[in-house]
Amino acid sequence: MGGYILKRLGLAIAVALAVSMIAFLLLRLSGDPAIAIAGEGARSEDIEMVRKTYGFDRPLPVQYVEWLGKTLRGDFGESIYFKTPAAPLIFAKLETTMALGLLSLAFALALSIPLGVLAAVYRNSWIDRLCLALAVLGQALPNFFFALLLIMVFSITLRWLPVSGSDTWQHFVMPTIALGYYAAPAFMRLIRAGMIEVLEADYIRTARAKGLPASRVIFKHALRNAVVPVVALAAVQLGFLLGGSVVIETIFALDGLGYLAYQSITFKDFPVMQNIVLLLSVIYVVLTLASDVANAWLDPRIRVA
Amino acid sequence: MENCTRGRTGLRIAAGVLLAALFATTGPALAGKKDDTVRFAYDQAPESVDPFFNNVRIGVIIGANVWDTLVYRDPNTSEYKGNLARAWKQVDDRTIEFDLREGVKFHNGEDFDADSVVYTLNFVADPANKVTTQANVNWIEKATKLGKYKVRLTTKQVFPAAIEYLAGPVVMHPAKYYAEVGPKGQNTKPVGTGPFKVVNYVPGKSITLEKNTGYFKDSPKGAAKINRVEIRFIPDRQTQMAEMLSGNGDLIMHVPKDQADQAAKVPHLQVVSGETMRIAFMQLNSLDGTPTPALKDPRVRKAITHAIDRESIVKNIVGAGSRVLNTQCFPSQFGCTDQGAARYAYDPALAKKLLAEAGFPGGFETEIFAYRERNQTEAIINNLQQVGIKAKLNFSQYAAMRDAIRAGKASLTHQTWGSFSVNDVSASIPVWFGGESDDVTQDKEVQDLLKKGNNSVDPNVRKQAYQQALKKIADNAYSVPLWSLPVYYVASKDLNFTAYADEMVRLWEMTWK
Repeated sequence: MGGYILKRLGLAIAVALAVSMIAFLLLRLSGDPAIAIAGEGARSEDIEMVRKTYGFDRPLPVQYVEWLGKTLRGDFGESIYFKTPAAPLIFAKLETTMALGLLSLAFALALSIPLGVLAAVYRNSWIDRLCLALAVLGQALPNFFFALLLIMVFSITLRWLPVSGSDTWQHFVMPTIALGYYAAPAFMRLIRAGMIEVLEADYIRTARAKGLPASRVIFKHALRNAVVPVVALAAVQLGFLLGGSVVIETIFALDGLGYLAYQSITFKDFPVMQNIVLLLSVIYVVLTLASDVANAWLDPRIRVA
Repeated sequence: MENCTRGRTGLRIAAGVLLAALFATTGPALAGKKDDTVRFAYDQAPESVDPFFNNVRIGVIIGANVWDTLVYRDPNTSEYKGNLARAWKQVDDRTIEFDLREGVKFHNGEDFDADSVVYTLNFVADPANKVTTQANVNWIEKATKLGKYKVRLTTKQVFPAAIEYLAGPVVMHPAKYYAEVGPKGQNTKPVGTGPFKVVNYVPGKSITLEKNTGYFKDSPKGAAKINRVEIRFIPDRQTQMAEMLSGNGDLIMHVPKDQADQAAKVPHLQVVSGETMRIAFMQLNSLDGTPTPALKDPRVRKAITHAIDRESIVKNIVGAGSRVLNTQCFPSQFGCTDQGAARYAYDPALAKKLLAEAGFPGGFETEIFAYRERNQTEAIINNLQQVGIKAKLNFSQYAAMRDAIRAGKASLTHQTWGSFSVNDVSASIPVWFGGESDDVTQDKEVQDLLKKGNNSVDPNVRKQAYQQALKKIADNAYSVPLWSLPVYYVASKDLNFTAYADEMVRLWEMTWK
């Protein structure tokens, strides 16, 4: 188990480094950052001054290594746009994004578990097909479009929820649904498959033969076993939800990390952008690692493979 | 890549359809009138609210509402009126003396006097303090205190537009407070003399202004009428519109024409459109190394100008509040004129004839760079196609486009320019024809004329020099002046709101109906 964890950890670090390198390059390749920072109408001298001030005149590998070195020592640099240290700016927004991620995950599970169970219990019936349709819809609808639909219904027509902002719990309702719905189908299909397999197991037949009520058989005996792989998937999905919050936070003007990422891209605020990408990729990698370890712990066959 | 673009176009269409549905389902207003608060949403957050340390429109708007300038330009008459300065006089070509208003107080209680002016001007003029838009301040040599309410300002060179800048971006800070907290402190807790004071500011999220009840009576701006203004930074335009439709917003700006047209049908909303100082034009690279050597021939440049149906594009695409321009400047700017300059009517037959004469009877292939108002660029491409010029669109970020221009890699560029709302042609035409890196013509005679206009304080000398420069540019078709760009505002019907060409939202003027 120890060797397995070490191997996965090494791979995780390599992935995080690769992501940071790609993000660094992509941001640099989208036009001269000095011109973007200097703004419309800047003269060549102004642009040259910006280039020197921020060190954009040095070779890219040098810039990358210096940035990575500083970040690893805990120095996140200063935001070019907001002119404040990047670390407090990023960590102040992390709370909102984590809250949104966890709420969306909870929503996705709350939606997918009953639907998955229903689909498995009524396999191949119209109920199963309805659940499948809901899942397909969740994956097919782009989340920004679904977000606008929610705004149309709950903010404009019914006037129940505020359109945008992050001041009250009501502000989190629609972003949670929009983000969580997209993650739900994966859980639902996993639960459905797991339940179908478990429901055919001998011990379930035994439980039924003993005359236990159907609900007890399904929820106590079957679901407990079918839900195990979902725990591992949940860790990965949380990472995905945190990364995927950029669009949702931008639409709902939710003051989180995704919103900050959007602003940093717009303003070519490299120190903030790079550190957000690195932070999100590290979170994602750690969660994937946790998921791998959990899977290996639950299923010894994976450790051997 | 093409699939990806098509997919994105599909998604945009879907979002558009949904937005149309939003318009159809909207109900009555929940106005900000009842709590006397204007809720204003804007898509960009300023990097700092200190007006010297941002270069975004909302920063300029906050600057004018929270701070004051020495001089105020009346947006209706373009007349300069004393604001923090009672009077001023041009002592010589490089010196202006100001008599300051007495009894004005900053929001923190600090008195406004000569120290405020001297400290502010000397601070911003020092390049070490890194004011964001250097062009706004790099003409200032120094400010000297002559008395408690008297100041002398010296410019580095002859700078005729000084008063225009002092009526625009150059606001006055409180000397003691600014010396103590600097730009960072002004950003955290902003203090000005303006009609509104900042009561809450969360960087990147929102800023709340409240009426300054102690605002000085003689200000040409006048005191604020509305009690509170909440400015929220909402990046997504659909969300901004949804806030308006749900009755939770009172004002948004820079609304695309199609959305504004639909918003006009919503009972609790009004659409106000206005011309802005931002002009659209096409740069034609006629330098020796141009990627499209055909552009070196004046007949080809004239053909391009004749090929574009500007009247029709203005009417059908750009929209109300726009007009066709014959020279590359905004008509209200000092020195801007099309008098005597060649005019090029829409005439595709003549364009084809000119192309044939220049040796391109079948037209030629080229590339056009653009960075905003893509639908307008596409209309231009369509017009050029009709006379045989096949222009491939290269739509990119502003920075990338500018890179290409400066590297000499761009042939045609569809540009826009807002002159930083400076109502003087020196903020416009010299950028493109003054011999710097954005000048893709490099005509020495034009450069000399512009220098003459920039370096004189005699209005007649200036006017004549600029007129000759603009005439030469037009006669040689060095560029294609296109049109002025309008801005669409969507506001609550309860709000009395006027749009101005300088894109300044004068919150202090607003009242409820």
